[in-house]
Amino acid sequence: MRSLILIRLDPAAAPEGGPDDQLMKDMNELIEEMTKAGVLLDTAGLRPIEEGTRIRQAGGTQTVIDGPFTESKEIVGGYCLLQTRTNEEAVEWARRFLRVHGPEWEIGVEVRQLDGEG
Amino acid sequence: MTGADAPGHAARQAVEAAWRIEWPRLVAALTRLAGDIATAEELAQDALVAALEQWPRDGVPPNPGGWLMVTAKHRAVDRIRRDANFARKLELLGREAITAEQPVGEPDSAITDDLLRMIFTACHPVLTPPARAALTLRMVGGLTTAEIARAYLVPESTVAQRIVRAKRTIATKRIPYEVPAGPELTQRLDSVLEVIYLIFNEGYAATSGDRWVRAELCEDAVRLARILTGLLPEEPEAHGLAALLELQASRTPARSDADNGLVLLADQDRSRWNRLYIRRGFAALGRAHTLERGRGRAPGRYALQAAIAAVHAMAPTAADTDWRRIAGLYALLAERFPSPIVELNRAVAVSMVHGPGAGLDLVDKIAGSGALADYHLLHAVRGDLLERLGRAAEARAAFERAAELTGNEIERELLLRRADSGSNPAG
Repeated sequence: MRSLILIRLDPAAAPEGGPDDQLMKDMNELIEEMTKAGVLLDTAGLRPIEEGTRIRQAGGTQTVIDGPFTESKEIVGGYCLLQTRTNEEAVEWARRFLRVHGPEWEIGVEVRQLDGEG
Repeated sequence: MTGADAPGHAARQAVEAAWRIEWPRLVAALTRLAGDIATAEELAQDALVAALEQWPRDGVPPNPGGWLMVTAKHRAVDRIRRDANFARKLELLGREAITAEQPVGEPDSAITDDLLRMIFTACHPVLTPPARAALTLRMVGGLTTAEIARAYLVPESTVAQRIVRAKRTIATKRIPYEVPAGPELTQRLDSVLEVIYLIFNEGYAATSGDRWVRAELCEDAVRLARILTGLLPEEPEAHGLAALLELQASRTPARSDADNGLVLLADQDRSRWNRLYIRRGFAALGRAHTLERGRGRAPGRYALQAAIAAVHAMAPTAADTDWRRIAGLYALLAERFPSPIVELNRAVAVSMVHGPGAGLDLVDKIAGSGALADYHLLHAVRGDLLERLGRAAEARAAFERAAELTGNEIERELLLRRADSGSNPAG
């Protein structure tokens, strides 16, 4: 099965200057471990939401809004696409992803199984 | 509050996940210490049982892999104390620091070495191919015997017995737990690649049963290939195999219709091919080529097959397929790794470039040599070419012969349908 891990965080509560060197190092090690375990299909961080664009459609009318979006508190900051045999396994990898973050981080993930898979 | 919120539930989930994630590394390291796979498995099992007892009570440790490794080593020491026969092993264990502070108990290179030893042992040519596949899925893929049995549609006892026998063979023949060196490495690596390839093929075109594709088994094989590229990043053919399997697996969603029927390559809805797997396949193929060039070598058999799969992947529709290029790649494959199966595939490609008559000449040459007489696809391809040449009666006979020979129900239905449609142009 494949699972999309969406990483959610509140940029206002995130440490100034983003991830420090230690976190980047730990994260790279974890990504390498996931790659070597054959479970990581794809992963990326996302550019700040200020640079994003939202397009809404209601009643057949589209509204295009460029960032920043002041009303958003928690945003998706990145994702991992995993292939595992069980959901538990995907959840544990997601927990390991969170665990490399220090106490200064307020961060969560959402583990979502892709539709149409066993 | 639902059960999912209970700490016990989370802990059980963590143990289940640890089994899957840590089992191969745990058993691989313990095999090196304990000297045999069976003892290592018992020790790992003991550690997992301990986790089931303790994690719900004390919480999941920050480093589950390290915890399990340390616990297993403690269990080993306990056993040795109880059992004088293990005295020799105590000495071995003494050399290993027993500490929870190390990340996952071992430095990364030690994990890599242990897993490589395990995969080379599990794929040792002294074992029968089914035993190699079962042992590899169990010891490297981390599957349970029940899961392997389900994947292969055989009773669990059969798989368990296969694994027990394989372990006994390894012990009695004194197969060293090591990564072969020098020219033996190349030869033994072939065996490893072949085992993973066979596992994939069993899932991709099931030789028996009523399901055409067993996607989970394909996924297991692709995962094993990815693990192997991680263990042997400098081996071009490991990447070649990974490329081939990623590219083949990209078609899985399009290979079955809503009724689980088989959809042939030409008829597949290519928008359903998995673009990410295709991209990963291309990346792995590029890596394989770069490594081969670096060694001044021509592409290996898996990289060549991956190159053929890549040509298919590049064609937006079946009609856009560059058959000339595919025929050329098969010719190269046939020259370097001659086999009747490759010849058969080449015949199909040649028929797409030079017409069914040219393809039939090649197929009849294979048939004339006596090779593949009982291989259903030889007759299926022959039927197809005869049909395209308007030789309906002969085509029908060929399709019927193919249907007789296949062990897969879905495939049989398709072949019988084709036999019928040939004799009844209105249908």
